[in-house]
Amino acid sequence: MEVRSRGIRKSIVSEPHYKDNTSILTGEHFWQGDIAIAEGAIAAGSRFFAGYPITPASEIAERMSLRLPPIGGVYIQMEDELASMAAILGGSWSGVKSMTATSGPGVSLMLENFGLGIMTETPCVIVNVQRGSPSTGLPTFFGQADMMQARWGTHGDYEVIALAPDSPQECFDLTIKAFNLSEKYRLPVFILADGLVGHMTEKVVVPEAEEIEVFDRRKTQKPPGQYLPYEAEDDLVPQMANFGEGYRLHTTGLTHDERGYPDMTIEAQDKLIRRLVNKIRHNADDIIMVEEKDLEGAEVVVVSYGVTSRVVPPAVERAKGEGIKVGQFRLLTVWPFPDKRIAQIAEKVKAWVVPEINLGQIVREVERAVGRVSKVIPVSHAGGDVHDPDDIYTVIKEAIQ
Amino acid sequence: MNQMPEHPLERCLRMDRMPHIWCSGCGIGTAVACFLKALDETGIDPDKVVVVSGIGCTGRVAGYVKFDSFHTTHGRAIPFATGVKLANPDLTVIVFSGDGDLFAIGGNHFIHAARRNVDIKVFCINNFIYGMTGGQAAPTTPLGARTSTSPYGCFEPPFNLPYLAESCGAVYVARWTPLHIRRLTHAMAEAISKRGFSFIEIVSPCPTVYSRYNRLGDGLAMIKYYRENSRIENWANTKDVPLSMNKEIVVGKFVDIDKPTFLDYQGAQIEQNKE
Repeated sequence: MEVRSRGIRKSIVSEPHYKDNTSILTGEHFWQGDIAIAEGAIAAGSRFFAGYPITPASEIAERMSLRLPPIGGVYIQMEDELASMAAILGGSWSGVKSMTATSGPGVSLMLENFGLGIMTETPCVIVNVQRGSPSTGLPTFFGQADMMQARWGTHGDYEVIALAPDSPQECFDLTIKAFNLSEKYRLPVFILADGLVGHMTEKVVVPEAEEIEVFDRRKTQKPPGQYLPYEAEDDLVPQMANFGEGYRLHTTGLTHDERGYPDMTIEAQDKLIRRLVNKIRHNADDIIMVEEKDLEGAEVVVVSYGVTSRVVPPAVERAKGEGIKVGQFRLLTVWPFPDKRIAQIAEKVKAWVVPEINLGQIVREVERAVGRVSKVIPVSHAGGDVHDPDDIYTVIKEAIQ
Repeated sequence: MNQMPEHPLERCLRMDRMPHIWCSGCGIGTAVACFLKALDETGIDPDKVVVVSGIGCTGRVAGYVKFDSFHTTHGRAIPFATGVKLANPDLTVIVFSGDGDLFAIGGNHFIHAARRNVDIKVFCINNFIYGMTGGQAAPTTPLGARTSTSPYGCFEPPFNLPYLAESCGAVYVARWTPLHIRRLTHAMAEAISKRGFSFIEIVSPCPTVYSRYNRLGDGLAMIKYYRENSRIENWANTKDVPLSMNKEIVVGKFVDIDKPTFLDYQGAQIEQNKE
């Protein structure tokens, strides 16, 4: 094998060919959700992927290993998920949009450095193609039971952003969105897909490159010496400088001050943790995406997300055929949770029905947002399959009684 | 009034963070001074240097050196550094961490980064113990040594770090102590200038816990011990350089070879597929 004496490629950073439009596959495709996620990442400008094989997410790594090297990116298969997550944080600090993809068992390991990403405000994207769980669970089947893992999985107090696609098209679109949110709010963003959406093949339309909205890094304009790496802007997010740009940054997972230096005081902890949480809470309206249907005059509202949203319409149609007024509310953003919007709707409806492929996770959030205003009924499923629409229909009927 | 002259290494230290937390007689400060001098010798632009540390006493190095520096989670300095280097190969990436961080919790990352020959430099302070948490046994603690968690004497055989590094694929392997300032500085400069995964073990005194548990005296006594008991043997077979309690310390440059890095191989494979 011929080996060059110097690395083949120069810095991705100094040579911004990641904006090269030819890497975006504009047109109509038949893609699996997993492939659409990889292509969404490339369209968003991601050029570094570190991962570890796991069913049902491996196709994302496979696609990235094929696509990244010829377009100037780097794919690396790490020794485990702990390393994968650490590596994408490093890639991001070098100025390259970075991603990893896994399933629940891998997320369990990644959560260690996910916390480091939250604390150091590192933009990147983590894909969880959920399977039946806990533990090794149902590797080749799917589930939606990692919703709370994404929310509270790493230790400590924080807010997260998590998006839940329900189709390969949305896998593409929401992956771009996830990168945009991660850069805008400077944190690792979760994509909570599942094994069925990840493996289903549907039409995916990739727009022209100029039609794709990409949010690039919030780089500081201040010169070294005047720049404080953790001094927040009005929206509570600090501007960023990458490694190698002369800023000589220090960053730590310890509680730190605006200089990025460790500050082991109660005051520093209060200031930092409140800002990390509030940068998401105060900007929730900008982050949250939901889809509403037939809420006007609805007696019952079905809340769903991810693949479960695909089995709700037949149940709703059947109930409507019997004269029941049913609305639909779909979460594209699972975290932060749309409390405010649900509370507004709650005053006008009798009941909420929440089907999900777990034994009751998001239903608790709906209950919390609704309060005692209307009743909330779960439709649970332990995993491995979607709900029978008739089961959802039955609960809708019960709900109006 | 006389102005204090600036220390020659000050421009590469975060003086606003001094005094540092290291104990008197500890070897980390000496190793950091050697590193800064070595970096100066190489003539590399300090703006293009990234120092990554894990957790522990040596983990604090990243907080005191005035480069782009990242204090990661326990054991994860190497994979973080891997991401930094692969995303921007123009950067010189140095991992500065301790034996517990790099070889217990981070052991898997070490062997794989060496195998891949990622172009990063790993400088390991080996003080045979977990210092910051109060002196627990490490994967480097010699047989028989006492620590807070081996009160009857350590009964696990330790790693021979140069042998481990060489067998996993490191292109540069050396071992020195804070006694060997000139040689350690030279080795660090060589490692920094070398392309590929380079490893230096710095056998270092921990007067506060390791020496106290094992009645080895203060920092100065340890340096005397190194002078009397270390033997320079460049190109020694790394198999033959294990460390044990109160025995000889073989120091020197053991490995210095050339081979393609991770990015070289990646580039070559892609070129091959184009043909």
